[in-house]
Amino acid sequence: MATKVQPMTGAQEAAKAAASLSNEEILRYSRHLIMPEVGMEGQLKLKSAKVMLIGTGGLGAPLGLYLAAAGVGRLGLVDFDIVDFTNLQRQVTFSSGDVGKPKTEAARERLSGLNPDIQIDTFETKLTSDNALELFKDFDIIVDGTDNFPTRYLVNDACILLGKPNVYGSIFRFEGQVTVFGMPGGPCYRCLYPEPPPPGLVPSCAEGGVLGVLPGIVGSIQAMETIKLILGSGESLVGRLLLFDALAMRFRELKLRKNPNCPMCGEHRTINKLIDYYEFCGVRGEEAPAPNVQVPEITPRELKSRLDRGDDLFILDVREPHEFQICNLKGHLIPLGELPRRVHELDSSREIVAHCRSGKRSAEAVDFLRKAGFRKILNLKGGILAWSDEVDPSVPKY
Amino acid sequence: MGVKVIIPTPLRPYAGKRDSTEVKAGTVGEALGRLTTEFGDLRKHLFTEDGKLRSFVNVYVNDEDIRYLAKENTPTKDGDTISIVPSIAGGLCDGY
Repeated sequence: MATKVQPMTGAQEAAKAAASLSNEEILRYSRHLIMPEVGMEGQLKLKSAKVMLIGTGGLGAPLGLYLAAAGVGRLGLVDFDIVDFTNLQRQVTFSSGDVGKPKTEAARERLSGLNPDIQIDTFETKLTSDNALELFKDFDIIVDGTDNFPTRYLVNDACILLGKPNVYGSIFRFEGQVTVFGMPGGPCYRCLYPEPPPPGLVPSCAEGGVLGVLPGIVGSIQAMETIKLILGSGESLVGRLLLFDALAMRFRELKLRKNPNCPMCGEHRTINKLIDYYEFCGVRGEEAPAPNVQVPEITPRELKSRLDRGDDLFILDVREPHEFQICNLKGHLIPLGELPRRVHELDSSREIVAHCRSGKRSAEAVDFLRKAGFRKILNLKGGILAWSDEVDPSVPKY
Repeated sequence: MGVKVIIPTPLRPYAGKRDSTEVKAGTVGEALGRLTTEFGDLRKHLFTEDGKLRSFVNVYVNDEDIRYLAKENTPTKDGDTISIVPSIAGGLCDGY
C-alpha cells in the first residue's frame, strides 16, 4: 500500500517475552498485581495486548499515559500533526519544548520515558481509507481519539470490517460521549448515528473550544474501558452511551441498540469496503456547505494604508464578545448570529470592512449584507490572524 | 410538572443558552414542536426541511432511543426526560 507508514523501533522482544514478568516489572506493576481483579494473569494480558490509538491529542494524552503506565505491551500511535502552542492547554503528554515536533515523536519520547518496557509504534501519517486496514490489522483494540467526523466513520468501518473493538470518545466544549463499538453482537457508530451532520451545521469556532480537563476525563474513561476489555472483567460500555456534562458535573447513560438494518454491522451489510469519508461527510449533507463564499476583499496591508490615509472606513467585527476581549481592531461588534436583527446599526452609505478571526465568518457577513443591499462592503482577507502577521504583530493570535 | 427536555451543549446557543426546559406534551413530537416554537433557531438543527428529525440527532425518552419506540409518536408523561443527543466529533472547527 502506498502510505508513509513507518513503524519505529520499539522493544520488539517485549511482545515475545509476554509470558512472564521480570522482577523490575513485578515491582512496577505491584499495585495491579496485589489486586485480585488484575493479578499476575491480568498483568500478563496487559503485557501481551496491542492497542492502537488514533490521535495523540486531547483524548490521546491520558490514553497514552495511562495505557503505557498500566503496561499495555504494544501501543500504536497514529497522528500526522505537529505539536502547537494551543495544544498545551489540554494535550498533557506534551511539554512546551515539544512545540514544532511531530506529535507521534513527542508522544513516543514521553511514553517510553514513562515505561521503557513497552513497545511503541508510531505512524506519522493521516489515517486514510488506503492505510487503515493495514495499520489496524496487527492490533487487538482500536481507540478513537480523533476530532473529526470523516475519521470517526473511517475508524468505525475499518473496525467492523476487521472485527475489532472500537473504544469511542468524543468531546465538545464541556460535554463528552463515551462508549464501546464493534463488539460481537454490539452496536457500531453507524447504529448510533447513520450519517454525519452536513458541514453547514457543524458548530463553528464561535461556539467551539474545549475545557482542557474534559478530554482528560473522557480519555481516562476510554483508557479504563480499554483495560477492562483486555482483562475481560467488569461491565463494559457496550450497548450504553455514557454522556458527561462537566459543567453540571453529571453523568447520564442511554441505551444504545444495535440497528438490525445498519449498513455496516447489520444482517445485510451493504458497505463492504472503506469509502471516501470526506465525500460521505461533505457532499451527502442536506445543506450545501456554507464556507468559501466569494465576496469582495481587502488585504490587511491595503486596509492599513487606507486607514493611514484617513479614508472613512467603518470596521465591523462579527466575532463573539469574548473574542473581542482577547484582541480587537477597535471595530463595531455585531456577532454574525445577531447581524440579521442588528443590521439597522449599519450605515449602507459608508464603506464597511468586515472582519473576524480568519475571514470566514466575515465572508458570510459580507455575503449576507450584500444580499441585504449593502454595496460598499469588503471582507478583511485572512481576518485578525492575517492582520497580526502582516500589519501589527502586537495583536495576539488565538 | 411537565416533560423535561435536556438541550445538549452544541444546541444551547439556539435555545437561549438554556441547558434544559420544561414543556407540556403527550408525545415526543409535541414536545419538540413546543420547543422549536419557543426557540425558532433550533428548528433547522433538529429537523430537515420536510420536517423529519435529522439523522445525526438522536432523541431519547428517559434512556430509550425513540427510533426503537414509536419515534416522534412515542408517548410522554409528566416527569419523563427527553434527551436530545447530537453527534459531536471533537475540537475541529474548520478554521473559523
